Amino acid sequence: MKLQDIRVCVMRVGGTNCDAETQRAFHELGVQADVRHLNELVKQRNLLDYHMLVFPGGFSYGDYVRSGAIFARMLTAKLGKDLRSFIDQNRPILGICNGFQILVEEGLLPGFEGVSDFPEASLANNSRGYRCQWVYLKNENKSKCIFTTKIPKGKVLRMPIAHGEGRFLFPKEKEEALLQKLIDNDMVALRYCSKDGADANGKYPANPNGSFHDIAGICNREGTVFGLMPHPERAFYWWQQPDWTSQQAMPQFGDGKLIFESLLDHFAKKL
Amino acid sequence: MSLFTRTNAAFNLHEINTKDATDHQLAEVSGELGLGLSLGEMKQVQTYFKTQKRNPTDVELQTIGQTWSEHCYHKTFKGKIRFDGKEIDSLFKTYIAKATQEIAAKWCISVFEDNAGIVSFDKGYGIAAKVETHNHPSAVEPFGGAATGVGGVIRDVLGVWADPIACTDVLGFGPLDYDYNKLPPGVKHPKYVYMGVTAGIATYGNNMGIPTVNGAIYFDESYTGNVVVYCGCIGLLPLDKYKKEAKAGHVLIVAGGKTGRDGIHGVTFASAELTEKSEEISRPAVQIADPIEEEKVKRAMIEIRDRELASATTDLGGGGMSSSVGETAERYGCGVTVDLDKVPLKYAGLAPWEIYVSESQERMLIVVPPENLKAVFEVFEKEDVEATAIGILTPEKHLRLRFEGVTVADLDMQFLFKPIKSAKTASFEKITLTEPIFSVPKNLTETLMQLLSASNIASKESVVRSYDHEVKGNTALKPFQGEYAGPNDASILKPLDNSWRGVSISCGMNPNYGKIDAYDMAASAIDEAVRNNIAVGGSRIALLDNFVWGNPEKPERLGSLVRACEACYDVATAYGTPFISGKDSLYNESPLGPVTPTLLITAVGLVPDIRSAVSMDLKAPGNLLYIVGKTYLELGGSEYYKLQGYLGKSVPKVHAAKAKKTFNAITKAISKGTVKACHDLSEGGLAVSASEMAFASNLGLELDLAKVPSNGIKRDDFLLFSESNSRFLVEINPKDKAAFEAVMKGKVCAEIGKVTKNPTLKIKGLKGSTIVDADVAGLRAAWKRTLSEEA
Repeated sequence: MKLQDIRVCVMRVGGTNCDAETQRAFHELGVQADVRHLNELVKQRNLLDYHMLVFPGGFSYGDYVRSGAIFARMLTAKLGKDLRSFIDQNRPILGICNGFQILVEEGLLPGFEGVSDFPEASLANNSRGYRCQWVYLKNENKSKCIFTTKIPKGKVLRMPIAHGEGRFLFPKEKEEALLQKLIDNDMVALRYCSKDGADANGKYPANPNGSFHDIAGICNREGTVFGLMPHPERAFYWWQQPDWTSQQAMPQFGDGKLIFESLLDHFAKKL
Repeated sequence: MSLFTRTNAAFNLHEINTKDATDHQLAEVSGELGLGLSLGEMKQVQTYFKTQKRNPTDVELQTIGQTWSEHCYHKTFKGKIRFDGKEIDSLFKTYIAKATQEIAAKWCISVFEDNAGIVSFDKGYGIAAKVETHNHPSAVEPFGGAATGVGGVIRDVLGVWADPIACTDVLGFGPLDYDYNKLPPGVKHPKYVYMGVTAGIATYGNNMGIPTVNGAIYFDESYTGNVVVYCGCIGLLPLDKYKKEAKAGHVLIVAGGKTGRDGIHGVTFASAELTEKSEEISRPAVQIADPIEEEKVKRAMIEIRDRELASATTDLGGGGMSSSVGETAERYGCGVTVDLDKVPLKYAGLAPWEIYVSESQERMLIVVPPENLKAVFEVFEKEDVEATAIGILTPEKHLRLRFEGVTVADLDMQFLFKPIKSAKTASFEKITLTEPIFSVPKNLTETLMQLLSASNIASKESVVRSYDHEVKGNTALKPFQGEYAGPNDASILKPLDNSWRGVSISCGMNPNYGKIDAYDMAASAIDEAVRNNIAVGGSRIALLDNFVWGNPEKPERLGSLVRACEACYDVATAYGTPFISGKDSLYNESPLGPVTPTLLITAVGLVPDIRSAVSMDLKAPGNLLYIVGKTYLELGGSEYYKLQGYLGKSVPKVHAAKAKKTFNAITKAISKGTVKACHDLSEGGLAVSASEMAFASNLGLELDLAKVPSNGIKRDDFLLFSESNSRFLVEINPKDKAAFEAVMKGKVCAEIGKVTKNPTLKIKGLKGSTIVDADVAGLRAAWKRTLSEEA
C-alpha cells in the first residue's frame, strides 16, 4: 500500500486534546490523517473508510467515572458494529495516553481472548499523582506488535508522559499469571527503564507511575491494537526534546517518530 | 410606599422606592442588594430615575451595581487622584496607556480595548495575551477559585478569536509552616490554600489541553490572609479573522455552560475587603469549574472564527451578562434587547436579576448576523455545546431586558456607561528604614545552601510537573532544562508548523521590594520580566501589568499605587516595551492586614528563530563565564537580608538607560550565536544564579569575586547575594571571546571565571581565598528539597 493512499482517522470527543499534534505526526510522514468528532462519524457512518484509527490523548468526557470509561461506552453504544468490523479486519488501532485508557476500558487491550466485555486491566491513579516529565523506555516486543518494529534492538527511547492515571495493573491475585500470558503471547511492548536501559523495577522516577512490571505500552494478541501512556507525538521533532539546547548536534527527529514509522512500514508491506 | 415592593409580575421582581428615599435609605438599598455603590453613586441613580419619572427594578439596580463596580469599571485607575500636590486624572491614561502611546510600536494590533492585548507574530498571525487575578475566590475556595481563574482568562483569549496556546500562573501564598494558632477566624491555612490552588490550576489547564509553561510561586507573610492568584493565557489568531463588526439586527447567542446561582456578585465581592464572614456571605460568589465544557466551546469558537460566521464575541466573566451584554452594545454603538427567560438554567427558580448577574462559568457571548444563525447552531451541536439566541442588538441606545414578555429593565446606555468619576486622595510617606549591621557569615557555602532552600528560591518542580507543559507539542524551551531540571528564565513556544519563529514568555515580580518602595518594586518587576525574556533570546517584548493592592480608599495604599504606576511609565518607555493589557485587583485586605503591594509583569517576546534559543545550563568545560551588568550595594528587600532576619533599605534600582543598552547587547550576542548559556541574576544574586547554571548541567564553575564589576563593594557576602537589576551570567566558548567582547564594548561586562568538568562550584573571595566550595549535586539537593513531594 502506498503512503498517500493510507487514510487515518484521529477520533475525538469533548475533552480530547492531543489530536492536532497526532495528526501532524502523520502529515509529516506524508500520510493523510483526518481529525473526526465521534458525532460526525456516527452521523456519516464512515469509520470503515479509514485504514487505521487513533485515539489521541486528553481527558475525554472529563475522564469522570474512570479515565476513558465514558468514551468507551459511547463507542460501543454508537459505533459498536463498525468498530467490531474494524477490529475483525485487523485494521490497526493506536491509543495514546487517554487513548490507551479508552482501549483498556473498551476491552480491546489486552484482549487475551479477543475483545472483552469488561476491562481486563486497569490504568490506575499514579503513585505520585499527575506528572508531566520525560521518561526512558525500552521495547520488549519480539515481533508481533506492528507499532514497534522499527525500533532498533536494545535502543533506549525517550518520550514524555503527562498523566495522573497510567499505573498499569492486573487484579492482584492473577497478576503473575496474566503477566506470563502477556509475555507468552508477545503482547508486552514498551517498558519504563533507566537511562542506561536497566530495569526500573517499579522504582520512581524511572517508573513514573508505579506500573506493574514497569509496563508503559502493550498490544493485543494480533499485534494490531497498541496502547501506550507516553506521548510519541510530543517526541517527534528534535526541538521538542527537553535538552536540545544543551546538545552539540541533535538527530532531526525524536524517538516518537519510530512508532509512527513502524506502523507505516506495516502498511507498506501490505498489498 | 415601603422601600422594597414585590411587583405583581408572575415571577420574582421588586421595585425599589428610590424616589422618596433618604440618604440613609439609599445606603441601605446598596447594602441590602449587595450593590457595592457609594452614596454619591446611589444619588446619581436616584436622579436618573427621577427624570424617568419612575422607580427602578431590582434588575436595573443590579445592572448598575455590576457595571459600575471596581472590577468592571476600574474606578480607581480611571478616577481622579490627588497626590503630592497634583491632580492625576486617571492613573491608567497618565502612566500605563501613555507609555504604550509614546512607544507607538507598529506591531501592537490591539491594546487595552479588547478582552486581551494583541501583537503581530508571523505569517499573518497575531499573538493575544491576557493575565487576570482571582484572589478573593481563591481565598474562599482555593480549588474552585483558581480553576475558574484559569477558565476565565482562557475565555478572554477566546474573546479575541484566538486559540489558546499556553497558560501562565503566578501564585502568592503565606508561609507553608504558618502557625495554626495564629490564624484568625475565616483565614485558611496557607498549606491548604497552596494545595487547592495548585490543583485547581493543574486541573483546568490539563483538562483543556493548554500547556502551562510559565509562572512563579512566591511566599510572603501578607499573602496568608490574601492569597494571590494570577492566571494568564496566550493565544494565536489569524489576524484577518479578528472580527469585531457587530451591527443592529445581529443576534446575541449565549453558548456553553448553563446559568445558575454560582457566581452571584463575584465582582462586588472582588471589590471589597475579605472579612471573617466572607466564607459565609461570599461562598455563592465562587463559581464551579467545568474545563471540558470550555474545551468544547473552544472548538466551536475556532470553527466559527475560521468560517467567519460571527460578527463579534466576548466572554461572560465578571458581572456575567450584565457586563458582557451591555459592553457589547456600547462598543458597537447599539442598544440591546434581551429575553432573560430564554437563558438556559441549571435549575428553575432564578429571579431575572440573578440570571443577569450570574457568573456561571464556561459561557461565551457570540454576536451573529441572522443569515448565519443556522450554521452557527450546527457547529455548536456537533461539539455537544448548548447555544441559545437570547436577544438582539437594536438601533435605539437602550438596554432592555424582558422576562416572560414583561420589561424588567430599561436603561439609557448613556447613563449606564457614564458613572461619576471617583475622586480619591493619595499620600506617600517614605517610611524610616535602616540598613542592618551584621558581620560576614563564617561559612558562605552554608549560607548559599540555605538560600537555595529558601522557599522563594527553591525549586517549584513538584508543582510545575503537575501541570502539563508539553501538550500541543509546541513547547520548544521548557520550564525546566534537561535531565537535572534547572530553571529556565522563560519558556519558548513554536506555535506555527511552517515557521521557526517562537514566542517567549516570562515574568517578573518582587513584592519584598514593595515593602521598601513601590516605585523600585515596580521598576524591578519590569526589569526582571524583560531580562528573563532577553536571556533566552526573546526580543520585541510586550508587557502585561497586573496590580494586586490593598484598599485604595486608604491614602497610603493609593499613594504607593501611584508610585508603582510612575515606575511603569518610566521603565517601559526607556525599554521600548509597551503595555498591551493589564488588570488591577484592589481591596486585598483581610483580618491579617493588607496584601504587600504586588505588581506582576508578564513579558511576551518574539524569538526570531527558535534554533538560536539559549538555555541556562552550562554547556562545556573550558568555556568562559562572564557577568554582564554592574553589581551595586543593593541588599534591601533581598533574600539574603531576609535569611538574616532583616528587610533593609537599599532596594535595587533600575538604571533604565544603561540597562536598555545591556539588553540590546545580549540580544545581539545571542543572535550571533556566541552565547552558549545565559541566566539572569535575581533572588539570591550571583551565587544562586551560578549554582543554578552549574547544577542544571552537572558541570562545575571556578569564579573570582575580585573580577566582578561593582561600585566598590568590599564584602564577599554582598557581592555574592546582591540583587541588583539588569545583570546576566553568560557562558562563552573561548574561541568566541573576541567577538563577544566586541559586542559588549562599552557595557559593564567582565570575565569572572570558567566552566570546569569537575562538578563543584568554587568561588574565590576578594581576599583571594576560596569562600564557596560546594559539590553541585549538594547544591541541587538543597534547591530541590524544600518543596519536594517528600517534604
